[in-house]
Amino acid sequence: MAGQRILIVEDSPTMRQLLVFALKRLKGFEIVEAQDGMDGLRKVTSDHFDLAFVDINMPVMDGLKLISLIRGEPSLAAMPICVITTEGAQEDRERAISLGANEYLTKPIQANKVLSVAKSLLKLDN
Amino acid sequence: MSETNENDGRERGEAVLAIFQRGAEFTRQILDENSRLRLELNDVQQRHFHAAQSDDDWEKLRQELISKIEELQNQNLTMLEQLRLIQGENQDFAERYVEVEEENNNLANLYVASYQLHSTLDSGEVVKVILEIVINLIGAEIFCVYVAEEETGIMTPVAAEGDDVAACPLLQIGEGFVGESVESGTVAIGDPSTQGRPPSKGGEPVVSIPLRVDDRPVGAIVIYKLLQQKDGFSPLDNELFTLLAGHAATAIFASRLYAQSERKLSTIQGFIDLLTN
Repeated sequence: MAGQRILIVEDSPTMRQLLVFALKRLKGFEIVEAQDGMDGLRKVTSDHFDLAFVDINMPVMDGLKLISLIRGEPSLAAMPICVITTEGAQEDRERAISLGANEYLTKPIQANKVLSVAKSLLKLDN
Repeated sequence: MSETNENDGRERGEAVLAIFQRGAEFTRQILDENSRLRLELNDVQQRHFHAAQSDDDWEKLRQELISKIEELQNQNLTMLEQLRLIQGENQDFAERYVEVEEENNNLANLYVASYQLHSTLDSGEVVKVILEIVINLIGAEIFCVYVAEEETGIMTPVAAEGDDVAACPLLQIGEGFVGESVESGTVAIGDPSTQGRPPSKGGEPVVSIPLRVDDRPVGAIVIYKLLQQKDGFSPLDNELFTLLAGHAATAIFASRLYAQSERKLSTIQGFIDLLTN
Protein backbone atom coordinates (compact mmCIF):
# COMPACT_ATOMS: atom_id res chain seq x y z
CA MET A 1 0.00 0.00 0.00
CA ALA A 2 2.92 2.39 0.75
CA GLY A 3 3.82 4.78 -2.04
CA GLN A 4 0.35 5.01 -3.57
CA ARG A 5 -0.78 8.45 -4.66
CA ILE A 6 -3.99 10.30 -5.43
CA LEU A 7 -4.10 13.50 -7.49
CA ILE A 8 -6.70 16.24 -6.95
CA VAL A 9 -7.03 18.65 -9.88
CA GLU A 10 -9.29 21.49 -8.71
CA ASP A 11 -8.98 25.27 -8.90
CA SER A 12 -10.99 25.99 -5.75
CA PRO A 13 -8.84 25.85 -2.56
CA THR A 14 -12.04 25.21 -0.59
CA MET A 15 -12.86 22.10 -2.61
CA ARG A 16 -9.26 20.90 -2.56
CA GLN A 17 -9.17 21.16 1.21
CA LEU A 18 -12.47 19.29 1.52
CA LEU A 19 -11.26 16.52 -0.82
CA VAL A 20 -7.96 16.20 1.05
CA PHE A 21 -9.94 16.03 4.30
CA ALA A 22 -12.03 13.16 2.92
CA LEU A 23 -9.19 11.25 1.27
CA LYS A 24 -6.83 11.50 4.24
CA ARG A 25 -8.85 8.67 5.75
CA LEU A 26 -7.28 6.31 3.21
CA LYS A 27 -4.22 5.07 5.04
CA GLY A 28 -0.97 4.86 3.12
CA PHE A 29 -1.92 7.24 0.32
CA GLU A 30 -0.17 10.48 -0.52
CA ILE A 31 -2.56 13.21 -1.67
CA VAL A 32 -1.16 15.62 -4.24
CA GLU A 33 -2.95 18.82 -5.30
CA ALA A 34 -2.98 20.58 -8.67
CA GLN A 35 -4.69 23.94 -9.14
CA ASP A 36 -5.69 23.68 -12.82
CA GLY A 37 -5.66 21.29 -15.76
CA MET A 38 -2.17 22.24 -16.93
CA ASP A 39 -0.73 21.81 -13.44
CA GLY A 40 -2.53 18.46 -13.26
CA LEU A 41 -1.10 17.34 -16.62
CA ARG A 42 2.41 18.28 -15.52
CA LYS A 43 2.06 16.28 -12.33
CA VAL A 44 0.38 13.26 -13.86
CA THR A 45 3.06 12.92 -16.54
CA SER A 46 5.98 13.31 -14.15
CA ASP A 47 4.79 11.01 -11.33
CA HIS A 48 2.77 7.85 -10.95
CA PHE A 49 -0.79 8.25 -9.60
CA ASP A 50 -3.26 5.52 -8.73
CA LEU A 51 -6.33 7.75 -8.97
CA ALA A 52 -7.23 11.29 -10.02
CA PHE A 53 -10.14 13.55 -9.03
CA VAL A 54 -10.67 16.16 -11.73
CA ASP A 55 -12.87 19.27 -11.75
CA ILE A 56 -14.38 20.31 -15.09
CA ASN A 57 -14.48 24.11 -14.99
CA MET A 58 -10.94 25.32 -14.39
CA PRO A 59 -8.73 28.09 -15.75
CA VAL A 60 -5.78 27.46 -18.12
CA MET A 61 -6.98 23.96 -19.06
CA ASP A 62 -10.39 22.49 -18.24
CA GLY A 63 -10.98 19.03 -16.85
CA LEU A 64 -12.40 17.50 -20.04
CA LYS A 65 -9.31 18.49 -22.01
CA LEU A 66 -7.12 17.04 -19.27
CA ILE A 67 -9.05 13.73 -19.30
CA SER A 68 -8.78 13.40 -23.08
CA LEU A 69 -5.00 14.06 -22.92
CA ILE A 70 -4.57 11.51 -20.13
CA ARG A 71 -6.53 8.87 -22.04
CA GLY A 72 -4.47 9.59 -25.15
CA GLU A 73 -1.29 8.67 -23.30
CA PRO A 74 -0.94 4.85 -23.23
CA SER A 75 1.01 4.81 -19.94
CA LEU A 76 -1.84 6.68 -18.20
CA ALA A 77 -4.76 4.96 -19.88
CA ALA A 78 -5.46 2.64 -16.95
CA MET A 79 -5.46 5.32 -14.22
CA PRO A 80 -8.99 5.71 -12.80
CA ILE A 81 -10.44 9.23 -13.04
CA CYS A 82 -13.36 10.64 -11.06
CA VAL A 83 -14.91 13.89 -12.21
CA ILE A 84 -16.19 16.31 -9.56
CA THR A 85 -18.22 19.14 -10.99
CA THR A 86 -21.16 21.51 -10.61
CA GLU A 87 -22.47 20.36 -14.01
CA GLY A 88 -25.32 18.00 -13.23
CA ALA A 89 -26.85 17.58 -16.69
CA GLN A 90 -26.97 14.06 -18.12
CA GLU A 91 -25.21 15.14 -21.33
CA ASP A 92 -22.29 16.53 -19.30
CA ARG A 93 -22.00 13.21 -17.47
CA GLU A 94 -22.14 11.23 -20.72
CA ARG A 95 -19.53 13.47 -22.32
CA ALA A 96 -17.10 13.03 -19.41
CA ILE A 97 -17.63 9.25 -19.37
CA SER A 98 -17.18 9.03 -23.14
CA LEU A 99 -13.86 10.89 -22.84
CA GLY A 100 -12.66 8.30 -20.33
CA ALA A 101 -13.82 9.32 -16.85
CA ASN A 102 -14.67 6.33 -14.64
CA GLU A 103 -16.94 8.13 -12.16
CA TYR A 104 -18.90 11.38 -12.10
CA LEU A 105 -19.76 13.20 -8.87
CA THR A 106 -21.73 16.43 -8.74
CA LYS A 107 -21.25 19.23 -6.22
CA PRO A 108 -22.05 19.78 -3.44
CA ILE A 109 -20.20 16.64 -2.43
CA GLN A 110 -20.22 14.56 0.73
CA ALA A 111 -16.87 13.43 2.14
CA ASN A 112 -18.11 9.86 2.69
CA LYS A 113 -19.29 9.62 -0.93
CA VAL A 114 -15.86 10.73 -2.16
CA LEU A 115 -14.23 8.16 0.10
CA SER A 116 -16.54 5.41 -1.08
CA VAL A 117 -15.89 6.19 -4.77
CA ALA A 118 -12.12 6.32 -4.12
CA LYS A 119 -12.21 2.90 -2.44
CA SER A 120 -14.23 1.47 -5.30
CA LEU A 121 -11.91 2.85 -8.01
CA LEU A 122 -8.81 1.74 -6.09
CA LYS A 123 -10.43 -1.67 -5.58
CA LEU A 124 -9.90 -1.49 -1.84
CA ASP A 125 -11.84 -3.60 0.64
CA ASN A 126 -13.80 -1.79 3.32
CA MET B 1 8.35 -107.07 7.06
CA SER B 2 8.60 -106.03 10.68
CA GLU B 3 10.13 -102.74 9.50
CA THR B 4 7.07 -102.05 7.33
CA ASN B 5 4.73 -102.67 10.27
CA GLU B 6 6.77 -100.30 12.39
CA ASN B 7 6.40 -97.47 9.76
CA ASP B 8 2.64 -98.00 9.47
CA GLY B 9 2.28 -97.75 13.25
CA ARG B 10 4.24 -94.43 13.32
CA GLU B 11 2.09 -92.88 10.59
CA ARG B 12 -1.14 -93.88 12.33
CA GLY B 13 0.22 -92.44 15.56
CA GLU B 14 1.04 -89.11 13.86
CA ALA B 15 -2.42 -89.01 12.26
CA VAL B 16 -4.10 -89.64 15.64
CA LEU B 17 -1.87 -86.93 17.19
CA ALA B 18 -2.92 -84.43 14.49
CA ILE B 19 -6.58 -85.25 15.12
CA PHE B 20 -6.10 -84.63 18.85
CA GLN B 21 -4.29 -81.32 18.16
CA ARG B 22 -7.16 -80.06 15.95
CA GLY B 23 -9.60 -81.18 18.66
CA ALA B 24 -7.59 -79.23 21.27
CA GLU B 25 -7.56 -76.11 19.06
CA PHE B 26 -11.32 -76.36 18.47
CA THR B 27 -11.93 -76.78 22.22
CA ARG B 28 -9.82 -73.64 22.95
CA GLN B 29 -11.88 -71.61 20.44
CA ILE B 30 -15.12 -72.83 22.05
CA LEU B 31 -13.82 -71.84 25.48
CA ASP B 32 -12.87 -68.33 24.23
CA GLU B 33 -16.29 -67.86 22.64
CA ASN B 34 -17.90 -69.10 25.83
CA SER B 35 -15.92 -66.58 27.86
CA ARG B 36 -16.91 -63.70 25.52
CA LEU B 37 -20.57 -64.69 25.67
CA ARG B 38 -20.43 -64.85 29.47
CA LEU B 39 -19.06 -61.26 29.61
CA GLU B 40 -21.76 -60.09 27.23
CA LEU B 41 -24.44 -61.77 29.31
CA ASN B 42 -23.05 -60.11 32.40
CA ASP B 43 -23.20 -56.72 30.69
CA VAL B 44 -26.81 -57.30 29.60
CA GLN B 45 -27.74 -58.36 33.13
CA GLN B 46 -26.13 -55.21 34.55
CA ARG B 47 -28.06 -52.98 32.15
CA HIS B 48 -31.24 -54.83 32.88
CA PHE B 49 -30.64 -54.39 36.59
CA HIS B 50 -30.28 -50.60 36.24
CA ALA B 51 -33.15 -50.13 33.82
CA ALA B 52 -36.66 -49.19 34.89
CA GLN B 53 -38.16 -52.10 36.67
CA SER B 54 -41.72 -50.86 37.00
CA ASP B 55 -44.33 -48.35 35.72
CA ASP B 56 -43.31 -45.96 38.50
CA ASP B 57 -39.73 -46.12 37.36
CA TRP B 58 -40.82 -45.46 33.79
CA GLU B 59 -42.93 -42.47 34.96
CA LYS B 60 -40.01 -41.13 36.95
CA LEU B 61 -37.74 -41.46 33.95
CA ARG B 62 -40.31 -39.79 31.75
CA GLN B 63 -40.65 -36.86 34.19
CA GLU B 64 -36.90 -36.48 34.33
CA LEU B 65 -36.74 -36.36 30.55
CA ILE B 66 -39.61 -33.85 30.34
CA SER B 67 -37.89 -31.71 32.95
CA LYS B 68 -34.63 -31.86 30.99
CA ILE B 69 -36.44 -30.88 27.78
CA GLU B 70 -38.09 -27.93 29.55
CA GLU B 71 -34.74 -26.84 30.92
CA LEU B 72 -33.21 -26.96 27.43
CA GLN B 73 -36.18 -25.08 25.99
CA ASN B 74 -35.73 -22.36 28.63
CA GLN B 75 -32.04 -22.15 27.85
CA ASN B 76 -32.92 -21.88 24.17
CA LEU B 77 -35.40 -19.05 24.87
CA THR B 78 -32.81 -17.22 26.99
CA MET B 79 -30.25 -17.52 24.26
CA LEU B 80 -32.74 -16.34 21.64
CA GLU B 81 -33.55 -13.35 23.85
CA GLN B 82 -29.86 -12.57 24.24
CA LEU B 83 -29.39 -12.90 20.49
CA ARG B 84 -32.28 -10.50 19.92
CA LEU B 85 -30.74 -8.00 22.34
CA ILE B 86 -27.35 -8.26 20.65
CA GLN B 87 -28.95 -7.82 17.22
CA GLY B 88 -30.74 -4.74 18.56
CA GLU B 89 -27.48 -3.36 19.93
CA ASN B 90 -25.78 -4.03 16.60
CA GLN B 91 -28.56 -2.18 14.83
CA ASP B 92 -28.18 0.75 17.26
CA PHE B 93 -24.42 0.78 16.68
CA ALA B 94 -24.92 0.70 12.90
CA GLU B 95 -27.38 3.62 13.07
CA ARG B 96 -25.08 5.51 15.42
CA TYR B 97 -22.17 4.89 13.04
CA VAL B 98 -24.16 6.38 10.16
CA GLU B 99 -25.07 9.40 12.31
CA VAL B 100 -21.44 9.90 13.37
CA GLU B 101 -20.29 9.59 9.75
CA GLU B 102 -22.84 12.21 8.70
CA GLU B 103 -21.83 14.46 11.57
CA ASN B 104 -18.19 14.00 10.58
CA ASN B 105 -19.00 14.99 7.00
CA ASN B 106 -20.91 18.03 8.16
CA LEU B 107 -18.10 19.09 10.47
CA ALA B 108 -15.61 18.66 7.62
CA ASN B 109 -17.66 21.05 5.47
CA LEU B 110 -18.05 23.57 8.30
CA TYR B 111 -14.37 23.35 9.24
CA VAL B 112 -13.24 23.91 5.65
CA ALA B 113 -15.66 26.83 5.18
CA SER B 114 -14.55 28.47 8.42
CA TYR B 115 -10.86 27.84 7.73
CA GLN B 116 -11.03 29.33 4.25
CA LEU B 117 -13.02 32.39 5.36
CA HIS B 118 -10.41 33.30 7.95
CA SER B 119 -7.38 32.43 5.85
CA THR B 120 -7.02 35.92 4.36
CA LEU B 121 -7.43 39.61 5.23
CA ASP B 122 -7.75 40.67 1.60
CA SER B 123 -11.35 41.74 0.95
CA GLY B 124 -11.28 40.48 -2.64
CA GLU B 125 -10.05 37.08 -1.48
CA VAL B 126 -12.72 36.95 1.24
CA VAL B 127 -15.45 37.53 -1.34
CA LYS B 128 -13.86 34.88 -3.59
CA VAL B 129 -13.93 32.38 -0.71
CA ILE B 130 -17.59 33.21 -0.05
CA LEU B 131 -18.36 32.53 -3.73
CA GLU B 132 -16.53 29.20 -3.57
CA ILE B 133 -18.37 28.12 -0.44
CA VAL B 134 -21.79 29.03 -1.84
CA ILE B 135 -21.09 27.24 -5.15
CA ASN B 136 -19.22 24.18 -3.90
CA LEU B 137 -20.59 23.52 -0.44
CA ILE B 138 -24.15 24.83 -0.70
CA GLY B 139 -24.67 24.17 -4.41
CA ALA B 140 -26.03 27.52 -5.65
CA GLU B 141 -25.97 28.42 -9.34
CA ILE B 142 -27.13 32.04 -9.30
CA PHE B 143 -26.46 34.33 -6.34
CA CYS B 144 -25.16 37.77 -5.30
CA VAL B 145 -23.01 38.92 -2.40
CA TYR B 146 -24.01 42.30 -0.97
CA VAL B 147 -22.11 44.65 1.32
CA ALA B 148 -24.06 47.17 3.42
CA GLU B 149 -23.21 50.79 4.09
CA GLU B 150 -23.88 51.40 7.73
CA GLU B 151 -24.80 55.09 7.39
CA THR B 152 -27.32 54.79 4.57
CA GLY B 153 -28.47 51.19 5.01
CA ILE B 154 -28.01 50.60 1.29
CA MET B 155 -26.69 47.19 0.26
CA THR B 156 -24.52 47.13 -2.85
CA PRO B 157 -23.72 43.97 -4.85
CA VAL B 158 -19.97 43.29 -4.84
CA ALA B 159 -19.89 39.87 -6.50
CA ALA B 160 -22.25 37.59 -8.36
CA GLU B 161 -22.28 34.13 -9.87
CA GLY B 162 -24.53 33.16 -12.75
CA ASP B 163 -25.43 36.77 -13.54
CA ASP B 164 -23.75 40.11 -14.09
CA VAL B 165 -23.02 41.83 -10.79
CA ALA B 166 -24.22 45.11 -12.30
CA ALA B 167 -27.60 43.49 -12.94
CA CYS B 168 -28.14 42.77 -9.25
CA PRO B 169 -30.42 45.42 -7.73
CA LEU B 170 -29.42 47.75 -4.90
CA LEU B 171 -31.24 46.76 -1.72
CA GLN B 172 -32.24 48.63 1.41
CA ILE B 173 -31.92 47.21 4.93
CA GLY B 174 -35.38 46.71 6.41
CA GLU B 175 -37.16 46.53 3.06
CA GLY B 176 -38.29 43.48 1.16
CA PHE B 177 -37.37 39.82 1.49
CA VAL B 178 -33.62 40.44 1.83
CA GLY B 179 -33.74 43.77 3.67
CA GLU B 180 -36.00 42.39 6.39
CA SER B 181 -33.81 39.32 6.75
CA VAL B 182 -30.71 41.49 7.23
CA GLU B 183 -32.49 43.76 9.70
CA SER B 184 -33.76 40.85 11.80
CA GLY B 185 -30.57 38.82 11.45
CA THR B 186 -32.45 35.66 10.50
CA VAL B 187 -31.92 33.50 7.44
CA ALA B 188 -34.95 33.82 5.16
CA ILE B 189 -35.90 30.90 2.93
CA GLY B 190 -38.47 31.55 0.22
CA ASP B 191 -40.44 29.24 -2.00
CA PRO B 192 -37.93 27.00 -3.84
CA SER B 193 -40.45 26.49 -6.65
CA THR B 194 -40.10 30.16 -7.63
CA GLN B 195 -36.39 29.80 -8.30
CA GLY B 196 -34.90 29.70 -11.73
CA ARG B 197 -34.41 33.20 -13.10
CA PRO B 198 -31.43 35.49 -12.46
CA PRO B 199 -32.05 38.93 -10.93
CA SER B 200 -31.42 40.57 -14.32
CA LYS B 201 -34.52 38.78 -15.60
CA GLY B 202 -36.68 39.56 -12.62
CA GLY B 203 -35.81 36.46 -10.62
CA GLU B 204 -36.90 36.31 -6.99
CA PRO B 205 -34.48 35.34 -4.23
CA VAL B 206 -35.04 31.96 -2.59
CA VAL B 207 -32.58 32.38 0.26
CA SER B 208 -31.27 35.44 2.07
CA ILE B 209 -28.34 34.94 4.43
CA PRO B 210 -27.81 38.07 6.51
CA LEU B 211 -24.20 38.91 7.30
CA ARG B 212 -23.89 40.53 10.73
CA VAL B 213 -21.18 41.18 13.28
CA ASP B 214 -22.92 41.36 16.64
CA ASP B 215 -25.84 43.70 15.85
CA ARG B 216 -24.17 45.48 12.96
CA PRO B 217 -25.41 44.51 9.49
CA VAL B 218 -22.48 43.89 7.15
CA GLY B 219 -24.27 42.58 4.07
CA ALA B 220 -26.08 39.57 2.67
CA ILE B 221 -25.74 36.57 0.42
CA VAL B 222 -28.80 36.25 -1.79
CA ILE B 223 -29.40 32.98 -3.66
CA TYR B 224 -31.66 33.01 -6.73
CA LYS B 225 -31.17 29.51 -8.07
CA LEU B 226 -29.69 26.21 -6.91
CA LEU B 227 -27.72 23.76 -9.07
CA GLN B 228 -30.05 21.46 -11.00
CA GLN B 229 -28.97 18.37 -9.02
CA LYS B 230 -29.82 20.14 -5.75
CA ASP B 231 -33.48 19.61 -4.91
CA GLY B 232 -33.73 21.19 -1.46
CA PHE B 233 -31.89 22.15 1.69
CA SER B 234 -30.34 19.70 4.12
CA PRO B 235 -29.56 20.24 7.82
CA LEU B 236 -25.96 20.84 6.71
CA ASP B 237 -27.12 23.71 4.48
CA ASN B 238 -28.81 25.34 7.47
CA GLU B 239 -25.57 24.95 9.44
CA LEU B 240 -23.64 26.52 6.56
CA PHE B 241 -26.13 29.43 6.37
CA THR B 242 -25.57 30.07 10.08
CA LEU B 243 -21.81 29.76 9.72
CA LEU B 244 -21.75 32.14 6.77
CA ALA B 245 -24.00 34.62 8.58
CA GLY B 246 -21.41 34.94 11.34
CA HIS B 247 -18.04 34.02 9.88
CA ALA B 248 -18.40 35.58 6.42
CA ALA B 249 -19.55 38.79 8.08
CA THR B 250 -16.57 38.74 10.46
CA ALA B 251 -14.18 38.01 7.58
CA ILE B 252 -15.58 40.90 5.48
CA PHE B 253 -15.55 43.21 8.50
CA ALA B 254 -11.96 42.28 9.40
CA SER B 255 -10.75 42.70 5.82
CA ARG B 256 -12.38 46.14 5.65
CA LEU B 257 -10.74 47.20 8.93
CA TYR B 258 -7.42 45.84 7.69
CA ALA B 259 -7.75 47.77 4.42
CA GLN B 260 -8.62 50.93 6.37
CA SER B 261 -5.69 50.49 8.74
CA GLU B 262 -3.37 49.86 5.77
CA ARG B 263 -4.58 53.06 4.14
CA LYS B 264 -4.15 55.02 7.37
CA LEU B 265 -0.73 53.52 7.91
CA SER B 266 0.24 54.47 4.39
CA THR B 267 -1.01 58.05 4.94
CA ILE B 268 0.82 58.36 8.26
CA GLN B 269 3.97 56.94 6.68
CA GLY B 270 3.62 59.54 3.89
CA PHE B 271 3.40 62.36 6.46
CA ILE B 272 6.39 61.00 8.37
CA ASP B 273 8.38 60.73 5.14
CA LEU B 274 7.36 64.32 4.28
CA LEU B 275 8.42 65.63 7.69
CA THR B 276 11.70 63.75 7.86
CA ASN B 277 12.90 64.48 4.32
